[in-house]
Amino acid sequence: MVDASTRQKLFGTPETNFLNCSKGWKSWAFTLDHKRIGIMYLIGVTVALFLAGVFALVLRSHLFTFDSKMLSDDMYNQMFTLHGAVMVFSFIIPSIPAALGNIVLPMMLGAKDVAFPRMNLASFYLWIIGTGCLLAAILSGKGLDTGWTFYTPYSIDTNTGVIYATFGAFILGFSSIFTGLNFLVTVNTMRAKNQGWFKLPLFVWSLYATAIIQVLATPVLGITLLMLIAEKTLHIGIFDPKYGGDPVLFQHFFWFYSHPAVYIMILPAMGVISELISVYSQKRIFGYSFIAFSSVAIALLGFLVWGHHMFTSGQSLVVTLIFSAITFTVAIPSAVKVFNWLATLYKGSILLNTPMCYALSFIFLFGIGGLTGLFLGALSTDIHLHDTYFVVAHFHFVMVGGTLTALLGGVFHWWPKIWGRMYNDFLGRVGCFLVFSGFNLTFFPQFVMGSRGMPRRYASYDPEFQIFHQLSTVGAFVLGLGILLSFVVLVYSALRGPRCSSNPFRAASLEWQSSSPPDFHNFIHTPVLTDPYDFESQVYDEELDTYIPREFANPAKVAPRKEPVHN
Amino acid sequence: MNWQLPLMLAQTDSSRLEELRERTEAISMQGTTVPDSSLVREGTSNPFATEYWFPTQASSFAGEVDFLYMAVFWISLIFFVAIVGSMVYFCVKYRRKDGVIAPEPSSSHNTAIEILWSVLPSIILVWIFYVGAETWFEMRIPKENAEEIQVTAKQFGWLFTYEDGDQTNELHLVRDKPVRLIMQSEDVLHSFFVAAFRQKMDIVPGRYTYAYFEPIKDGVYRLSCNEYCGTGHSKMKTACIVHTSEEDRKNNTKWIEAEKTPFENGQRIYQIHCSGCHKVDGQPATGPALNLIWGKNERMIDGTTELVDEDYVLDSIWYPEKHIVEGYGPVSKMNSFKGILDQKDVDYVIAYLKELKDQSGDAK
Repeated sequence: MVDASTRQKLFGTPETNFLNCSKGWKSWAFTLDHKRIGIMYLIGVTVALFLAGVFALVLRSHLFTFDSKMLSDDMYNQMFTLHGAVMVFSFIIPSIPAALGNIVLPMMLGAKDVAFPRMNLASFYLWIIGTGCLLAAILSGKGLDTGWTFYTPYSIDTNTGVIYATFGAFILGFSSIFTGLNFLVTVNTMRAKNQGWFKLPLFVWSLYATAIIQVLATPVLGITLLMLIAEKTLHIGIFDPKYGGDPVLFQHFFWFYSHPAVYIMILPAMGVISELISVYSQKRIFGYSFIAFSSVAIALLGFLVWGHHMFTSGQSLVVTLIFSAITFTVAIPSAVKVFNWLATLYKGSILLNTPMCYALSFIFLFGIGGLTGLFLGALSTDIHLHDTYFVVAHFHFVMVGGTLTALLGGVFHWWPKIWGRMYNDFLGRVGCFLVFSGFNLTFFPQFVMGSRGMPRRYASYDPEFQIFHQLSTVGAFVLGLGILLSFVVLVYSALRGPRCSSNPFRAASLEWQSSSPPDFHNFIHTPVLTDPYDFESQVYDEELDTYIPREFANPAKVAPRKEPVHN
Repeated sequence: MNWQLPLMLAQTDSSRLEELRERTEAISMQGTTVPDSSLVREGTSNPFATEYWFPTQASSFAGEVDFLYMAVFWISLIFFVAIVGSMVYFCVKYRRKDGVIAPEPSSSHNTAIEILWSVLPSIILVWIFYVGAETWFEMRIPKENAEEIQVTAKQFGWLFTYEDGDQTNELHLVRDKPVRLIMQSEDVLHSFFVAAFRQKMDIVPGRYTYAYFEPIKDGVYRLSCNEYCGTGHSKMKTACIVHTSEEDRKNNTKWIEAEKTPFENGQRIYQIHCSGCHKVDGQPATGPALNLIWGKNERMIDGTTELVDEDYVLDSIWYPEKHIVEGYGPVSKMNSFKGILDQKDVDYVIAYLKELKDQSGDAK
């Protein structure tokens, strides 16, 4: 038994923590602390999200009428290119792993930091340089009008800033590899004593699977983009038929990375959802090993399906057939996860707070995103739907409805841990409602347009689609408002929110055994290894008004089944 | 190309307007819009009907594509309702209440049910794959009697060459006559897409690609470029007209030079060869606009000026690098048309330019 003053020291609000242990800009700019780097990443990706979000709102405003003159065709092409490139390379790919994962992963292992702290900081600076190069395409006055896919030979012909942008994406690739490599080594070597692979939180499994993809696939993108630059400057004849190259080859190389990259985006999101569903149901996650192995299965199968982006590209018929078949196999592990989350909710004790609302939105939106993938995996229907608004809607349901929703849910979940302050849950849920409804209003009409034959990347369109575009535009602004509100709620909470305890949600994974905000070294004491989904291991401590591991509790005061609600 | 006709129409007098309208018949357009017969649908407000989601089924396999789409639609809907329904039900039934956060005891693992919900969807997926592939073979393997039409795509227009040598900017087909398009691109990636046929295929520079289908319903359908190809991508669309008989089509595609005025011949050459890069509405594009160019003193990139006369036009068509207008340099983006257009064709172009200039002058 541990006495009250020791408990206060271990789990109470500490006077020094990682936020105030050192001051001045240098203490942030040169920090090796994974939590500070995570926060800087979070700020970085938020800036990227706002920038690319503004591009999206400009696009949607332009599309409000079918013959809109708001943007010239060239401006429109530049807007959708920059929206896509910044969102994909600077926002979604680093969002959950590099921002949230950086903060949470080492603590989930009971570790002091990641395996290579300097590499972690380097990853962040590479992110800044890469994003800077991407944006240099705009600042140079040339812009970028190739689409985020940089398809040849247009990207070789165009006079816009393709070299800046591809070089930026090349550098961002290294940033991503650094994060992935760091996580792989950290998980392999720095787990707490006796913390076996099957005692890891599922978020760690998903980040591990993501890291495998980051390390294996990203180099292919890097090489491809370098070859594109070489083709553009030296005309060596790889991708442009003018010089004896093959544009379809570029598409193979590009999607060999960019399809696995889809799983870099969605796997960490699935990991976050596994944590949220379990904690806010206060129930052991259903089918732990099925979820864990499904992450690895998705990561590996994700390498074998890139050709489904190219059913109409002119690749061979046999290859197309095989890619379609393998594509369907990816559906299984994704479906398994959804079923397991539902089974976790069954007979749980479900708390509908902000993070949980985001988790439930995720199941709804990812459900649509995943199921509409079936239309695109099947050959005959994909021929019709390829490169129409149906595809646009499908991948936004997965990337925004999936990744962004999970990111927001995860940020709300771990926010009190990071800052030691609670957010306004009501406003948080209002934000979630706006994000959810705005999102559906934006993208659902696009399924109808796509099925009826509205091609993507069109600056003007036929009048019969106008009503759907208008719904979509209104929805985009509601979605933007929701994100803005969530942002305000979070920032206000970090600065002025009421103090909160070390473990307000009765979560059982190790990061909740640290104080809030955590100590610079994460844990003042050696964390007690608990099963991350055994919520019975956490008991309520009246003096601290929080949940602590049973080992630290006063046995006289533990009431095992009747405990006050606290959130 | 054809979507520029209305711009030209605006500048021509009313009698010529009638004449042009007659020639282009069904494909006369307002704005950039093709009147699309595939839009005539019934019961469009019922989202569970095939007609709600799809344009008219105008090709032999469109019905099969729609069948699979609707089958997957219903499978997805059932799964989605089951998932979200149980989610909402659990959230209501098991929501935290009365200060008790300890949940009812329940199992956290059940191998039988986990295997069941992995295998059952797999069987459905195999079926979807099979049906999708079956129709797709039909879409990709042409019938032997299919007629062959050469398709040339370039930024930002289409040229269709028929077996008898006729050339048009819009695609003319005959009902119930299977067609195999042999497609090539002059510059970057494009993609052939007619939603009413449910057929789509990329057009890749440096190789031929093929698209096959059998139109089963006459009408005018929208044909658009579906692979992003640059500035004018969203303008790269034209009409696909399905006629009821071969004769009907011939009447629309044939072009007898001697029966036409030099202006009409010039206009046709413009539409086929020049309109991708040169506009006639005064707006600069890849190259200078052509409507006011005749007789003008053009400023070159080296600062000199050149009078646009017969010789200038001939040089510009045969040796494009000779005169580069200020703002379009530093090197010419145009390929030489020597060997493609002979001097007689250039005569027609000159006639066309002269009349354009006159009409624009009249308009003022």
